[in-house]
Amino acid sequence: MSDVLEIGGIELRSRLFLGSGKFAANKVIPDVVAASGAQVVTVAVRRVDMASADENILTHIPKDCVLMPNTSGARTAEEAVRIARLARAAGCGNWVKIEVISDNRYLLPDNFETIKATEVLAGEGFVVLPYMSPDLMAAKRLADAGAAAIMPLGSPIGTNRGLKTKELVRILIEEIPLPIVVDAGIGRPSEAAEAMEMGAAAVLVNTAIATAGDPVAMARAFGMAVEAGRMAHLSSPGAILQYANASSPLTGFLSE
Amino acid sequence: MYNIEGFFQTILDYQDFDTEAFFAGVTEPDVRRVIAQNRLGPLDYLTLLSPVAEDFLEEMAQKAHRLTLQHFGRTMLLFTPIYVANHCVNQCLYCGFNVKIDLHRTKLTIEEVAAEAEVIASTGLKHILLLTGESTHHTPVSYIRECVETLGRHFTSISIEIYPLEESDYRELIACGVDGLTVYQETYDRDRYAYLHPAGPKRDYGFRLDAPERGCRAGMRSVNIGALLGLADWRREAFLTGLHADYLQRKYPDVEISISPPRIRPQIGGFQPAVKVTDQNLVQYVTAYRLYMPRSGVTLSTRESPVLRDNMTRLGVTKMSGGVCTAVGGRSRSEETGQFQIADERSVYEVAKMLYQAGYQPVFKDWQTV
Amino acid sequence: MRVYINGSETEVAEKITVSALLTQMGLDPDTVVVEHNMVIRAKSEWAQLSLAASDKLEIVTFVGGG
Repeated sequence: MSDVLEIGGIELRSRLFLGSGKFAANKVIPDVVAASGAQVVTVAVRRVDMASADENILTHIPKDCVLMPNTSGARTAEEAVRIARLARAAGCGNWVKIEVISDNRYLLPDNFETIKATEVLAGEGFVVLPYMSPDLMAAKRLADAGAAAIMPLGSPIGTNRGLKTKELVRILIEEIPLPIVVDAGIGRPSEAAEAMEMGAAAVLVNTAIATAGDPVAMARAFGMAVEAGRMAHLSSPGAILQYANASSPLTGFLSE
Repeated sequence: MYNIEGFFQTILDYQDFDTEAFFAGVTEPDVRRVIAQNRLGPLDYLTLLSPVAEDFLEEMAQKAHRLTLQHFGRTMLLFTPIYVANHCVNQCLYCGFNVKIDLHRTKLTIEEVAAEAEVIASTGLKHILLLTGESTHHTPVSYIRECVETLGRHFTSISIEIYPLEESDYRELIACGVDGLTVYQETYDRDRYAYLHPAGPKRDYGFRLDAPERGCRAGMRSVNIGALLGLADWRREAFLTGLHADYLQRKYPDVEISISPPRIRPQIGGFQPAVKVTDQNLVQYVTAYRLYMPRSGVTLSTRESPVLRDNMTRLGVTKMSGGVCTAVGGRSRSEETGQFQIADERSVYEVAKMLYQAGYQPVFKDWQTV
Repeated sequence: MRVYINGSETEVAEKITVSALLTQMGLDPDTVVVEHNMVIRAKSEWAQLSLAASDKLEIVTFVGGG
């Protein structure tokens, strides 16, 4: 049975999205991508450092990956829109992860500005994947604004604290007719599996892989966990019974 | 003609869906799994409507009961209908108000509406459902509006079950005190619908199908939908009614969407139901719906017998009518013929007493427009 | 003349083109995007696009990010 995830007209077989930040050395990225099986890789847009000519991250990302530039650094919708346009001008596709953060303490996304940016960019033909705090009404508005998927956070970015927002993310999965991609906070493969088992369409992992002692092995572990969770979700888990047996029948009258 | 942005798109999506083939593939473990699931998708709901699920009615009932307690408590909202006119231009084959039926046609004057309202209000009810046939000549929106204004002196919640209106008309009625809308699609099966409605404005399937959505857009607080059971395959009707409710609830989260599962009753025209819907079928429908839509209201009318209504109190039902008369001015005039025969003729007091005995609180007032 | 490159005031040759500037800075044109006075400029324009005094230039590239 084929199980593909379609976003923005692209069919994805892997449901693990990979972030490319925080690696000790970028040259490990090709091995990480290969081990994880990821097809979508995020990158950030930055001013060229005039003092030291950085090596280009793109040289480390396999050409057949879908590149998803993020708008990190944006504090307002306007800044996110500007960054997204710059990213698209690089000629690497039209996907964008909107990330608007105006809170430096917890790094929580600004849903309101994110909705505004989504509306503008979806209107310009971008495939927009907004990173957001899991709130049902905000997610509905993002869907209405033209988002291609919704990316709620599992816990604050970079914390590896896991799926703390589980109940809220579950509501999004139930109510929003778009792929729900759990982004941020997933620290262990078991948590990725949990999100997938619950019905998330994909998960985005960066810190947990990049900061692992052996990023390549961890990437492989995440790839397997995402697949296992997805397979469990599709195979309709058996019943968890709430009670052993009914105390008094409610339908006895039908046979009287 | 059809608004394919609306629920009609879903009708098209399932038009060629082979429910028989789907049911043939349903197994007992499938049913058990769905019953244990927290959240059901459309096909999970259909699984519970399958013939195989008939062997799991008790399990479904237990869960339906638990979910209803969780979301609604031990309460039952009571209301009653008031028929203000029986003029009708439609020819619905199953209806006692069919234009071709030789029936004394009448409508209440506003004074009579006031008198009838007073009789009903003396029972303590605060929720009322205003009904008419379809005749924009005899009962135009302006007449409905006058009725609503009169009823507003006695009732805190006024719902309408009249011919489908444009959004602007719904807005107008809301502005003068209506807060609830009931529109039954009768049947979601388009071929059956065309056959059963040979003439009259009601032939327009799409306009009726979109009426609940127009009501939601206009700002109705509650919207009640349903299929008249007995006109077509009940499992499919139950399925599409559930999907319609889910569609509306997702799109209009601020509106209270509920359903009714009315079974066709004997009426003066003598129409014979095409499909038999047993008590067991009805229980399966209501409990399956409760599992699919845990927070949605379910209305059980006096079309059903006292015994069945008493027993279904604990199976997911949240609203009941009482002290019902389906004839125009039936409480103040005695000679009129009703739209159909009711099965539960108990007074509001008697229904309330039954609820107390079952451990439920009858709720007379749950809303007041301010 | 002086222009602003990525927010820093920088001395460049009169009427220097974007292409020449990138070469001078040792940047691979295929890896950067250029915004000139808040307008994104296509690579095809760079050879003809001459800078004027006080122009604002943003040169951005992709880096690792999540």
